[in-house]
Amino acid sequence: MNVRLTKFLLGLGAPLLALALAFGITSLVLIAAGDPVGEVWSTLISWPEQRNQVNIINNAMVLFFSALAVSIGFRMNLFNIGVDGQYRVAVFAAAVVAGEAWLPGYLNTALAIVAAMVAGALWAGFAGLLKATRGVSEVIATIMLNFIATSLVAFLLAKLAVREQGSNIIGTKLIPEGSRIGGFSIGDAPAQVYGFIVFSVLAGLAYWFVLNKTRFGFDLRATGASSTAAVASGVSVKRMTILTMMASGAIAGLVGLPILFGSAYNYGSTFQSGLGFAGIAIALLGRNHPVGIALGALLFAYLDEQSNPLQILVGVSPDIVAITQGVIVLTVVVSYEIVRRYGVKLEQRRVAAELEAMRTTSKQTEEVAR
Amino acid sequence: MTSSPPPADLEKTTTTPSGVPAVRLRGIGKRFPGVIANDDINIDVARGSIHAIVGENGAGKSTLMKILYGVQAPDSGTIEVGGTEVALSSPADAIREGIGMVFQHFMLADNLTVLENVVLGAEKMHGIGGKARTEIRAISDAYGLGVDPDRRVEDLGVGARQRVEILKVLYRGAKVIILDEPTAVLVPQEVDELFGNLRELKREGLSVIFISHKLDEVLSVADEITVVRRGTTVATVDPGSVTSRQLAELMVGAELPTPSTEASTVTDQVLLSVRGMGLADSAGGRPLLSDVSFDIHRGEVLGIAGVEGNGQAELVEAIMGMRPGSTGTITLADVDISGFSTHRRREAGIGYVPEDRHRHGLLLDAPLWENRVLGHQTRKPSAARGLIRRRAAVADTQRIIEAYDVRTPGPDVLARALSGGNQQKLIVGREMSGDPVLLIAAHPTRGVDVGAQGAIWDHIKNARRLGLAVLLISADLDELIGLSDRIEVILRGRLVGSFDPSDVTPDRLGSAMTGAQEATA
Repeated sequence: MNVRLTKFLLGLGAPLLALALAFGITSLVLIAAGDPVGEVWSTLISWPEQRNQVNIINNAMVLFFSALAVSIGFRMNLFNIGVDGQYRVAVFAAAVVAGEAWLPGYLNTALAIVAAMVAGALWAGFAGLLKATRGVSEVIATIMLNFIATSLVAFLLAKLAVREQGSNIIGTKLIPEGSRIGGFSIGDAPAQVYGFIVFSVLAGLAYWFVLNKTRFGFDLRATGASSTAAVASGVSVKRMTILTMMASGAIAGLVGLPILFGSAYNYGSTFQSGLGFAGIAIALLGRNHPVGIALGALLFAYLDEQSNPLQILVGVSPDIVAITQGVIVLTVVVSYEIVRRYGVKLEQRRVAAELEAMRTTSKQTEEVAR
Repeated sequence: MTSSPPPADLEKTTTTPSGVPAVRLRGIGKRFPGVIANDDINIDVARGSIHAIVGENGAGKSTLMKILYGVQAPDSGTIEVGGTEVALSSPADAIREGIGMVFQHFMLADNLTVLENVVLGAEKMHGIGGKARTEIRAISDAYGLGVDPDRRVEDLGVGARQRVEILKVLYRGAKVIILDEPTAVLVPQEVDELFGNLRELKREGLSVIFISHKLDEVLSVADEITVVRRGTTVATVDPGSVTSRQLAELMVGAELPTPSTEASTVTDQVLLSVRGMGLADSAGGRPLLSDVSFDIHRGEVLGIAGVEGNGQAELVEAIMGMRPGSTGTITLADVDISGFSTHRRREAGIGYVPEDRHRHGLLLDAPLWENRVLGHQTRKPSAARGLIRRRAAVADTQRIIEAYDVRTPGPDVLARALSGGNQQKLIVGREMSGDPVLLIAAHPTRGVDVGAQGAIWDHIKNARRLGLAVLLISADLDELIGLSDRIEVILRGRLVGSFDPSDVTPDRLGSAMTGAQEATA
C-alpha cells in the first residue's frame, strides 16, 4: 500500500478508535447508573439549532486558543498547566488597556491584544525562567502561578475597577464601541459568532508555520524529541525553555479575548472562568496539530452545548459529558501509543523488505553483467 | 514463614554430573527487522569455570545474553542448563534455572542498605530481617565478597557496589552468573579484586560467563574464550594458546588496518589548539579534566586512548561547548572559539560524531532528512534566513545516502528504522557536509556491523586526506593504532603520555591507560 496513505489512515484511525472507546465506556456508565442510554445519545447527537451552533463555535474558539497554548509546550515536552492563570492575567491587562482607550478605534484593540499576549508571555515566562535557571518543574511553577494570578487579578481589580450602577458587580471600564470586534450571524439566530475567529485562524496558521518551517520550530521540536541530541546539535535548551514557555503564554493570553471583545466588553468579577484546563485534553486529542486541535475544540464545545438540555429532556445530569470528555483523554493517550508502535513496526518491516529487495535486484544485475 | 529452598538444597536439584556443561547453547538464532543479531551460536560453559565471550560492540553479545537471561526469546536453537533443555521466557525463568545476571549499569537503590537492596524482590526467600542478614553474611564470607549488609549503598564505592550486585544474584540461588562488561566501570585495582572474587566463585563450583571486549583482561582471567563475530560464534579458544592480537583478528575477521598503507598527510599547520583545559567535578571530586593541552595539525588524526570514564567524554563535550564551566582556551584555525556557543563552534567548522548516537546524534522518531538538518539549522542547504528548506534538505540527504552508502529506501524513513551501522554512516555523512576543518569522532564504530566499520574507517582516512584535523576517541586500541598519526593517553582527566602508533603495542598503551607505567617509572 502507498506509504503516505497508510500514514494518513493510521493518523485518522487513532482518534476514531479513541472516540469509539470513549463512547462505549460512557454507555457502560449510563447503563450502570440505570439511565436511558439511547435517549442520552440521541439528545447529544442531534443536529444543533442555529442558536446552539453559534455557541458551539464561540466556545470552540476559546478552547482552541487554550489547547494551542498547551500544545506548544507539549512539542517540547513542557507541560504548561498554567494556561488558566496566564489568560486571567492577560485578559485583565487587555481589559484595562482597552478600557483606558489611549488610542482610537481598532488601534486600541490591537494595543490591547498585544498587551494580553505580552502579559501572558511574561506570566508563563516566570515558569520558564525558573525551570531554566533553577530546575523547578514547570508543572509545579505554572500551577502555583495560577493561584497567584487569581489573587493578583482580584487585588488589582479592586484597585482599578469601577462599580456598576445599582449592583455589587465590579469590573474594568467598558471598552469603547469603536474598539469592539463585531461578529456575524448564522441564519436568524440572535447571538453572533465572535469576529475574533479571524485571529483563531491566523494563530493556527502561524503555529503550523513556525513549528514546521522555521529554525525556531525545528529547534523546539528537536528539543522535544531528544534534548540531548538538541544540545549536541547546538540548541541552547535553557533559552528554548524560556522562549517556548513565553510563546505558550502569549497564545494563552488570547484565550479570554473573544469574550472580552465580542460579548463582555470589560473584565469583572463575573467574567467566565475555568477556560484553561480543557485545553490540555484537547491538545492531546488534536495530536498537537492545529487542524486536529480545531476539530477537538469543536467536539468538546459541541458536547458541552448539547448536554445542556439533558436534565430537562431525559433527566440525566449534563455532567455525563464531563465523564465522556475525561474518558476521551485516557483513550486518546492509549490509542495513540498503540497506533504509534504499530506504525513504527510497520515502517521497520517495510525498510527491511525494501532493503532485501534492493539486495536481490543488485545481485541479479551482477549476474546479468556476468 | 515458609521460604523457598536455601542454596544448599538447590544445589542438589541442579547437581550436574561432571562432563555435562552447566550451560549449553546450540544453534541460537535471533533476527530483528533488517538485522540478524544472532545466527547459529554454539557455546558450552563448563561447570566451575570462567567462560569469556568476546566480540566487538554490535557483534551480538548483548542479544545473546538477553536470550540466556530470558529477556528475549530466540527464534531458533536450544538452551540446556545442566543437561536438560529449558525454555526461558522471562528473567524469572532464568533465575529459577539458576542463571543470574549482573548488568553493566548497577540496579541499586542508593538510599537503601545492602540488605534492603538484596532482599528487594526476593522477600519470600529469607524474609527481610535477621534471617536474610545471616544469609547475606554467609554468602559474603563463603565467596570472600566482604559485603556488610547494613551499610548504605550510597556510601559504597563502585567495586563494592558491583559485589553487592553479585551477591544479589547469588542470594537468589544462581549457579551460572553472567557479567556484562563488568570492568568498564572499574579502576585497575578493583579489576584485580573482581577477578579474585570470580576465581573464588569458580572454586566453589559456579560458572561465570564474562562478557568483554578488553582482550588482556579476558586472557588473564578466563578458562575458555568464545569469540562472537557478526552474530555467530567463530571460535572457542584456550587463553594459553592465543595472543591478544590473534584474538582481535578473530573478532574483526580480517587483518587489522595498518597505518603504513597510507602515507602521512600531517602538515605543520595547527588547526586545533587546546591549552590548559580544565573542568571541575560538580560533585566535588577530583577535576574531570585538568590542564589538558594539545595541538592537531592539518591532515592529522590524533587518537585519545583511555579507560572509559577518565575524561575523554568530558574532553569532547568541552571542545563542543556542551560543558559549562570548562576553562582554558580552544583555538580553531586561528580563531579563539573558547567563548563560542555550540552552534557557533559548529559553524566555525567542527563536525561531531558523538559517542552515543541515540542520545546525542539522532532524533530517532524523525525522518532522515530532519536528522540531516540537525546541527545544521543555521546553514545552507538545510536552512536559510531562519527557515528550514525541506526540499534542499531532502535532496542533500539523498546525496549523503548515495555517497556514504546508507542502506535505506529513502530520506523520509524514520531514523529508528535503520540499523546502527547505517545510522552511523548517515551521521558521518552529515558531519562531513558543511566543510568542517575539525572532525571529532567519539567511538565512531561502536555498535556497528563490520561492513559499516570498514566504511567508517575509510571515511576517517579520507577526512585526513582532505586536510581535516581529526580527533579520534576510541576504546578499541587496534582502531586507534590503525588510524591515528599520534596517540595521547588520558588518565584521570590528564594527558599522561604521547605515543607514536607505528611503534606501540596495545599492551604498552594498555599499561599507560591504567597508570601502570607511572608506578614503574
